[in-house]
Amino acid sequence: MQRFRKFKNYFIHKYKNQYLRAKPFYMSQPDIPQLNKLATQIRRDIVRMVHACQSGHPGGSLGCTDFFVALYFHHLQHNPKFNMDAKGEDLFFLSNGHISPVWYATLARAGYFEVNELATFRFLNTRLQGHPATHEHLPGVRVASGSLGQGLSVAIGAAQVKKLNQDNHLVYVLMGDGEQQEGQIWEAAMYAAHNKVDNLIATIDYNGQQIDGPVEKIVSLQNLKAKWESFGWTVLEFNGNAMDEVINGISLAKSLAHKGKPVLNLMKTEMGFGVDYMMGSHKWHGVAPNDEELAKALAQLPETVGDY
Amino acid sequence: MTKFTFTEKKDTRSGFGAGLLELGKSNSDVVALCADLTGSLKMDAFKKEFPDRFFQVGIAEANMMGLAAGMTIGGKIPFTGTFANFSTGRVYDQIRQSIAYSGKNVKICASHAGLTLGEDGATHQILEDIGMMKMLPGMTVIVPCDYNQTKAATIALGKHVGPAYLRFGRPGWPVFTAADRPFIIGKADKMVEGKDVTIFATGHMVWQAIEAEAKLAEQSISAEVINIHTIKPLDVEAILASVQKTKCAVTCEEHQINGGLGDSVAQVLARFYPAPLELVAVNDSFGESGTPTQLLKKYGLAPEDVIKAVDKVLKRKVV
Repeated sequence: MQRFRKFKNYFIHKYKNQYLRAKPFYMSQPDIPQLNKLATQIRRDIVRMVHACQSGHPGGSLGCTDFFVALYFHHLQHNPKFNMDAKGEDLFFLSNGHISPVWYATLARAGYFEVNELATFRFLNTRLQGHPATHEHLPGVRVASGSLGQGLSVAIGAAQVKKLNQDNHLVYVLMGDGEQQEGQIWEAAMYAAHNKVDNLIATIDYNGQQIDGPVEKIVSLQNLKAKWESFGWTVLEFNGNAMDEVINGISLAKSLAHKGKPVLNLMKTEMGFGVDYMMGSHKWHGVAPNDEELAKALAQLPETVGDY
Repeated sequence: MTKFTFTEKKDTRSGFGAGLLELGKSNSDVVALCADLTGSLKMDAFKKEFPDRFFQVGIAEANMMGLAAGMTIGGKIPFTGTFANFSTGRVYDQIRQSIAYSGKNVKICASHAGLTLGEDGATHQILEDIGMMKMLPGMTVIVPCDYNQTKAATIALGKHVGPAYLRFGRPGWPVFTAADRPFIIGKADKMVEGKDVTIFATGHMVWQAIEAEAKLAEQSISAEVINIHTIKPLDVEAILASVQKTKCAVTCEEHQINGGLGDSVAQVLARFYPAPLELVAVNDSFGESGTPTQLLKKYGLAPEDVIKAVDKVLKRKVV
């Protein structure tokens, strides 16, 4: 109850009339130690966010943190002074919207909104909805996601408009591996290759887990690489939990853009990466740590650029 | 007031095709997507004129809705085209999340709605689409009555901002409104002035209501006919003004009795001006194969059914 009051005041006093923004932060040359520091801080943000509201999805968020850091702090040409149409910018869409904690923490750390707003995640009246939404006008989000399978189609539409507008920037989209069970993904995959949507870089968070258990046991994806290749995509593979490999993986994908085929990254990650007891199990897909578990997680994730 | 007559029959989908072509000429941000029904939706002219702004999606309606949502980012105004069944029921969650909840400026244009689709039968004759679409927060729902109004509605949507659903049909249908008749989204169109009963009709049923009105006039019953072409936002003011005068009403729609125009009007009357109301609609049943006229008769949507409903509601009227 006390916590609720604290947030209520927080909204009234801090967010009613002003939105202080963090200073934007990018790197033209990748500084791997610095990017790793940011990733550690963002992982810290994630566990603190889901702990505070006792809900949310830490597992996939932690697994994808390195990807988000590599993208937003090095590869993506973006402007934290958010504009929905983003002409002359790269675009990013999150299709597996349940890993919103990592996206929100990244957006805040990249200067889209003040990092303190992360404390409002999933609380009443927040802009940081459980799943990403445009309804509350959170800077950085361009479409709602959460109901799975839809983000790739949206990204393809946005990429085709980039071409119509003669804008050479790229469109990125992240999907889950369990999400590959949705039929719409394959409608979109077929369409993008047929129409040579080659300004698009899709990535699959290939962590092998979904809510009910290992993907292989729920409904196997069989040879996912061969599937995408047979649909007409260029497929790359890299480890999503080593910063240099993520940086290089996305670099390679970018170099293959504008060559007649859409590009897919099969990015191997470990769910819960960075918090030992959360790693490698579907158990932490959508469960928040208790006080004791939080302390244990934070001990493994030292504060680097400062807590919110 | 003008007596409505017609000299030709034209399908409302052709009105959509003509309107889309005109929009394409006047606004270079208008783009069109179609799921393998270009001919049926009368989108060929747009496709031919603006090949760069036409997107053939194939038989993949879920993907089409997502693409359309994405195309709004960067300033385009996407018009999607497929049958009403595949424009709504098949892709409800895609519309709900990627378009409606995301507040995207997508125009969902749906042909072959209702029983008048005819011989293809119940799999394609959607009678639930108005209900599904009007329930979505922020969704505008438009059901024009003939070729001219469908064209005007399509053109009006080019200037409208926000998600919208435009419903039209397959069969040749009387063209009884003038090409220059004003069309304003959200503003009910009074077709015939009357004093004994109000008939609120939408889509193809506006013509049925006008035919019924003429026969009622022969029995000295003065019916007011109001075309509710915009189901949402509903013109509450016009509905109340008319019923306050006539004291009773009938609604007519080519839709299930649940969830359509009748429901919307009933809600307004129950809340603001309780008055007897009868609903002419499909009574909680699926359709079947047949000609449009046969089906309208069998499922209770012929002008005689409108007259029966008027007789019934007049008996309930408190004088």
